[in-house]
Amino acid sequence: MSLHQVTKRYAGQAVVDGLTLALEPGRCHGLLGPNGAGKTTTLRLALGLIVPDAGDIRLLGRPVPREAAAARQRVGVVPQADSLDPDFSVRENLIAYGRYFGLGRREIEARIPALLEFAGLTARAQARVPTLSGGMRRRLALARALVNDPELIILDEPTTGLDPQARHLVWQGLRRLIQQGKTLLLTTHFMEEAERLCDTISIIDHGRIIAAGSPRELIRRHIEPHVVEVYGEGAADWASHARRLCRRCEQAGETLFCYTDDARPLTDALDRRAGVRYLHRPANLEDVFLKLTGRDLRE
Amino acid sequence: MVWRKLAVPSILGNLADPLLYMLGLGYGLGQFLGEVQGVPYLTFLAAGTLAYSVMNSASFETLYSAFSRMHVQKTWDAILNTPLTLADVLLGELAWATSKSVLSGLAILLVIWGLGLYADFGLTLWLLAVVVLTGFAFSGVGLAVNALAPNYDFFMYYFTLFITPMVLLSGVFYPTEALPGWLQTAAQVLPLTHAIALARPLVLGEWPAQAVLHVAALLVCGLAGFYAALVLTRRRLLR
Repeated sequence: MSLHQVTKRYAGQAVVDGLTLALEPGRCHGLLGPNGAGKTTTLRLALGLIVPDAGDIRLLGRPVPREAAAARQRVGVVPQADSLDPDFSVRENLIAYGRYFGLGRREIEARIPALLEFAGLTARAQARVPTLSGGMRRRLALARALVNDPELIILDEPTTGLDPQARHLVWQGLRRLIQQGKTLLLTTHFMEEAERLCDTISIIDHGRIIAAGSPRELIRRHIEPHVVEVYGEGAADWASHARRLCRRCEQAGETLFCYTDDARPLTDALDRRAGVRYLHRPANLEDVFLKLTGRDLRE
Repeated sequence: MVWRKLAVPSILGNLADPLLYMLGLGYGLGQFLGEVQGVPYLTFLAAGTLAYSVMNSASFETLYSAFSRMHVQKTWDAILNTPLTLADVLLGELAWATSKSVLSGLAILLVIWGLGLYADFGLTLWLLAVVVLTGFAFSGVGLAVNALAPNYDFFMYYFTLFITPMVLLSGVFYPTEALPGWLQTAAQVLPLTHAIALARPLVLGEWPAQAVLHVAALLVCGLAGFYAALVLTRRRLLR
């Protein structure tokens, strides 16, 4: 899948603004961005569901939106909103969805045991959708996206709203798909998810890619390696002091984030000071994300 | 089209209402009215009920049910992620609503046949075609209204401002000739009037006058509705 200089405007405002993105086959790509950054619009453009105002899009080698329907034959989509059919059982959902790809009933039924096993729903094959938990539904949505044996799987926030147990199960499933050589494109708010699963990450804001690379590259390129978080009532007073001891320092509410190449002078100073607590940790993707997109709420 | 699962319960629901109207009014009111247009009131009412039942069934399916699938359950969105397009989805909904309304019509037709409320059995077979046409017309219009609806409440307007007045004006319960002249003219543009203009003579054992005109009116209604639905739904979902 590739997008080249793609722009989409709504009421004169560019939601996707000259965006360029290319996926390498067989890898997992993450699309990160704050709310309203243009993630879902990008996915809808790539699937040919909406027409761009400018730019070239290709999906599995086919020009989009012109040949989008044919290209979607080999793509699986896990949408953000639950779109399973509530009147159907787990099994019937898979059969009905397979029929939309023009697959024969026999062909689909032959695939169902493997799909159920993949989703961990073998025992619930006859259960109706409303009786499933949120995690089971999401796993069923994932299994449904695989019914046509796609080369590319697009997942829009696959683990939003799931508890940690359910999230880990979904991650396991995605890792198996990566091992099978599928190409994945996922959007997420969870930096941990992106860091664990993705080979490459693109950070999108205001409809543009503002940074791209592997998680480690992004951290190395954009952020100091050590982070010291300072909490407590004394944290704010200590800010001016901290600025002398680290490269960069940000205050968010009661917490002071100090970014530095060498944390020792900071931690030594903090050990001597009463009334503050601190946490020394390596920099992660969330630090990069916040640095690049800011700490302001997007609504 | 694996939606047939819900067909039986909803047919029962769709059937009960028109059947109660027909039998209740037919027998009850019929006592006082005697004959209308030379036949017992129940027989007169049969054709109106048939058209009314098909219209109701098609409207409910394309409004409440289609809206659920489009807006609440996101079934349409899910289908659009497959090689199918919006036109395929709408065509599927049209075929589904039409077929379901035909089942409702068939149920009423069975009652008409069972009670012998006809003059010429051969002519009543043509009612099947009228039922399909009427279902198609109201499914098309319903899908267009569905495309415009922000929520379920919107459909109340469609029913109270369009469907209910139409039921009262189109000759379901009495001949349209009973209306004052200007209302008769107004009734002529309502699709249900055309459906009844076809169905009633067939029940009473005559070939409908101006059949081609009535068939054309229903066809135009369905086609125009479907085309509007396509344009409006595209604007709604794919932008």
